[in-house]
Amino acid sequence: MFYLVGLGLFDIKDISLKGLECLKDVDFVYAEFFTSRLFGSNFESIEKLIGKKIKVLSRSEVEEEAEFLEKSKSKDVALITGGDPLIATTHSDFIVECSKRNISYEVIHGSSILSSGPAISGLQGYKFGKVTTIPFPADNYRPKSPYLAIEENLKMNLHTLVLLDIQADKERYMTVNEGLKYLIDIKNDLDYEGLITENTLAIGIARVGSSNVLVKASTISNLISKDFGSPLHSIIIPSKLHIVEAEYLVEIAGAPEEILKDV
Amino acid sequence: MSRRSKMIEKIKELMYQPDSIRNIGICAHIDHGKTTLSDNLLAGAGMISEELAGDQRFLDFDEQEQARGITIDAANVSMVHKFKDDEFLINLIDTPGHVDFGGDVTRAMRAVDGAVVVVCAVEGIMPQTETVLRQALKENVKPVLFINKVDRLINELKLEPEELQNRFLKIIAEANKLIKNMAPEDKKDEWKADVADGSVAFGSAYHNWAINVPIMQETGINFKDIIDLCNAEKQKELAQKVPLSDVLLSMVVEHLPSPKVSQEYRVPNIWDGDINSPAGETMINTSPDGPLAVMVTNVSVDKHAGEIATGRVYGGQIEKGTEVYLVGSHSKSRVQQVGVYFGPERVNTDSVPAGNIVYVAGAKGAIAGETISSPEDKIKEFEGLEHISEPVVTVAVEAKNTKDLPKLIEVLRQVAKEDPTIKIDINEETGEHLVSGMGELHLEVISYRINDKGVEIQTSEPIVVYRETVAGKAGPVEGKSPNKHNRFYIEVEPIEPELFEALQNGEIKEGRVKGKESAQKFMDKGMNKEEARRVWDVYNRSVFLNMTRGIQYLDEVKELLLEGFESALDEGPLANEIVFGLKFKLVDAKLHEDAIHRGPAQVLPSIRKAIFGSIMMAQPTLLEPIQKVFINVPQDYMGSSTREVQNRRGQIVNMEQDNDMVTIESKVPVAEMFGFAGDIRSAAEGRCLWSTEMAGFERLPNELQKQIIREIRQRKGLSDEPYGPDHYLG
Ligand SMILES: Nc1nc2c(ncn2[C@@H]2O[C@H](COP(=O)(O)OP(=O)(O)OP(=O)(O)O)[C@@H](O)[C@H]2O)c(=O)[nH]1
Ligand SMILES: [Mg+2]
Repeated sequence: MFYLVGLGLFDIKDISLKGLECLKDVDFVYAEFFTSRLFGSNFESIEKLIGKKIKVLSRSEVEEEAEFLEKSKSKDVALITGGDPLIATTHSDFIVECSKRNISYEVIHGSSILSSGPAISGLQGYKFGKVTTIPFPADNYRPKSPYLAIEENLKMNLHTLVLLDIQADKERYMTVNEGLKYLIDIKNDLDYEGLITENTLAIGIARVGSSNVLVKASTISNLISKDFGSPLHSIIIPSKLHIVEAEYLVEIAGAPEEILKDV
Repeated sequence: MSRRSKMIEKIKELMYQPDSIRNIGICAHIDHGKTTLSDNLLAGAGMISEELAGDQRFLDFDEQEQARGITIDAANVSMVHKFKDDEFLINLIDTPGHVDFGGDVTRAMRAVDGAVVVVCAVEGIMPQTETVLRQALKENVKPVLFINKVDRLINELKLEPEELQNRFLKIIAEANKLIKNMAPEDKKDEWKADVADGSVAFGSAYHNWAINVPIMQETGINFKDIIDLCNAEKQKELAQKVPLSDVLLSMVVEHLPSPKVSQEYRVPNIWDGDINSPAGETMINTSPDGPLAVMVTNVSVDKHAGEIATGRVYGGQIEKGTEVYLVGSHSKSRVQQVGVYFGPERVNTDSVPAGNIVYVAGAKGAIAGETISSPEDKIKEFEGLEHISEPVVTVAVEAKNTKDLPKLIEVLRQVAKEDPTIKIDINEETGEHLVSGMGELHLEVISYRINDKGVEIQTSEPIVVYRETVAGKAGPVEGKSPNKHNRFYIEVEPIEPELFEALQNGEIKEGRVKGKESAQKFMDKGMNKEEARRVWDVYNRSVFLNMTRGIQYLDEVKELLLEGFESALDEGPLANEIVFGLKFKLVDAKLHEDAIHRGPAQVLPSIRKAIFGSIMMAQPTLLEPIQKVFINVPQDYMGSSTREVQNRRGQIVNMEQDNDMVTIESKVPVAEMFGFAGDIRSAAEGRCLWSTEMAGFERLPNELQKQIIREIRQRKGLSDEPYGPDHYLG
């Protein structure tokens, strides 16, 4: 049997009871921490909680070798991920594989940044468009599409949740500052006037799911140098605000009061 | 003032008069007499004593050159020649003729404006003659002809005046055909060698005489007189009447362009910066006033002076003690010394202006091909120096004493810097480094030089470098990314033969394709219009085409696809050898919506898998390097010599007879050529002349494919058998 278990957002206490029981019961536990990670708890404390060793897999061990699937034929095996195991990851593939190889499987969900991020920003989930992720820029890879996705959403009056790159193997977690800088750099390279400028309203979010969560709304030029503290970070670029959304941002996220005039 | 210091003063004066300078290269097929000629020119111009010149091959300074009787390194010299009433500074580079050292010819041609192409009257135009002509003309270097060893036609072959003349005409006609084919479009007629105007001379470099038609008319000496003098062993008399250096240097002054004339058309060919910029104008006018522009063509390490860079000043002047900027390596350096050649020596000067061949001490880190400018006026780089053939033979090199391990690495880097045609692969883990070169001789010389630099080494038996390609077609095959969310669909087939040829001889340059202008070039070489417009990249004599339309985000992964394509072609699926001669078409792609799930970690492996999988499905084939081998032997040794070729999987392509001598033209795999030098010598009891020429790669015979692939894989520590397509496409 193969269990795909989401651990939730921040620390071991976010693990659902269902997940916890499952992890206690199975024979083997593997972890995939390159698409997301629990920041509030170290790994040993999870091992202690479930009473067994966890084998952390590299990207290629997860994507190319998938030895855990082979093992699930005869044993109970769980693969754990941060957040929800099927949102913002590409793991639906394992379910397909299980089905092809006649392995029974079960998915145990966890809460995901895809719902909690928009939620804690006070914006209405109904008004979000395409989600996008900003990668760490590299010489051979610096896509414009994250920027363009935001613009497309803006044109349709939709908010955008912008996830930020995680390179766990290099211990690099993109900050709100780096993400905003990426957007501005892309904007400066465009051959037309971009919609997103330094005066655009943005929301920086850090450590969702912890008691230390931070949500800050201001212009990009203000946020780009603000210290958001330890990871994980994400960004929201709101489009036209509903009055209730604006009131929340002013009250909870320190947004400038002018935004109330535009609603 | 001594004669020596007077001469030095003269050179320092002439170097500021670009109209009075000639920069020339001496080039030819191996053994046709370049060094003998250069020596005697130097002696004739009074730069070295006559006893030193000729027989001793003075300019083959190096011990290895003396021992082997061939030139290995190009040598720079200068001399002053009086023509009519004016004096001229002649900067001359004597180049090697052996194919293994052809890189020196390529580099020398960037430093000069004209070339004296030497052709042995007995052997005639040989393959390497064609190669050096191509190298010269590609650089817009104007040729003149010197038909050498005429004494042998008379004394050994006993030709009559008419036969002599016919022989010359045949050589000239053949040379002109080559010039016409390869010269720049607007120079095809102008640059033809013309007996009547004196741009062809004949003579004997060894016996120190030369003549051409205008001088024959002037002096009344005819072919019959020449034959009589030779037969009477009175060539000394000829040498007095028509001295080699006079005739040849006058031909150089009269028929080869000064830097002033040549830079105007050569600069746009080798520098793609803005010709109307100050740097461009300075170079076009060969002006010493303006931005500095030097092209480094050679680097050598002198035991006393350290690294010496030799090159051509195209614009401005390079001054001692000033700071310069190395454009390619983005670094600054302070020039300690600059100077020019005086005879075979170097003399320091305060500065060296445009139009001259310069040497520079203190351009730290410069390699052949580097552009030197001033830090204030950085200029665009000169076009790179591309040598026409690639390394095909490799040896593994190890230090005999473990204490030399670090030093060996340093020495290897130095050797590679001095000779950019070799390729080194340093493996610090095993201490076993790979050195690849043009041939067995090349590697012997390199090994010798490593020892000479104070590191004792051990070398493996030489092995050849193979190529991987396909004999069939395959696709579309699907390459999946590790996360399975990205899929690339690839087709493969051999590239159009004409296009391959054009890439091979440098007519079409490799590299990423920008814009649509290149499409016409591909169409001219047989590609259809639709495909020609869709070439994204040209690499390892292969092309990558994007045949898809309107796939969202594809442009964002283009860079990754090409990087994956290029890396796949550097180490192919059969035996990790270079893949070449293929056409890959991307016919479809599926990409994940989010940028993070289609980044490098996903795209690089998937395109590599698609490429490897497609190759493995299209009858993958190993190719081996082939050489043409020309053997010139007395008829009595024809049988034993052809046997030598046939025993080495060789094929006889052609045989020609000239009196008692036979010329055998054959094709032999390089892998079978090791030790040939010794074997042919004994087969022909020392009475043969032979030379080789690279002839590209050909399919390894079927019965050897499996065995060789396994041997290479074992040597490289890979599994015995290559993976099948399923391994890549599952
Ligand atoms: N009889 C005769 N022999 C010549 C003449 N010129 C050169 N040789 C001989 O030909 C041989 C080769 O001469 P080199 O001057 O070394 O030829 P090269 O072209 O410099 O040779 P590489 O640099 O090795 O390609 C020597 O033995 C010379 O003495 C000539 O005019 N007549
Ligand atoms: Mg020579």
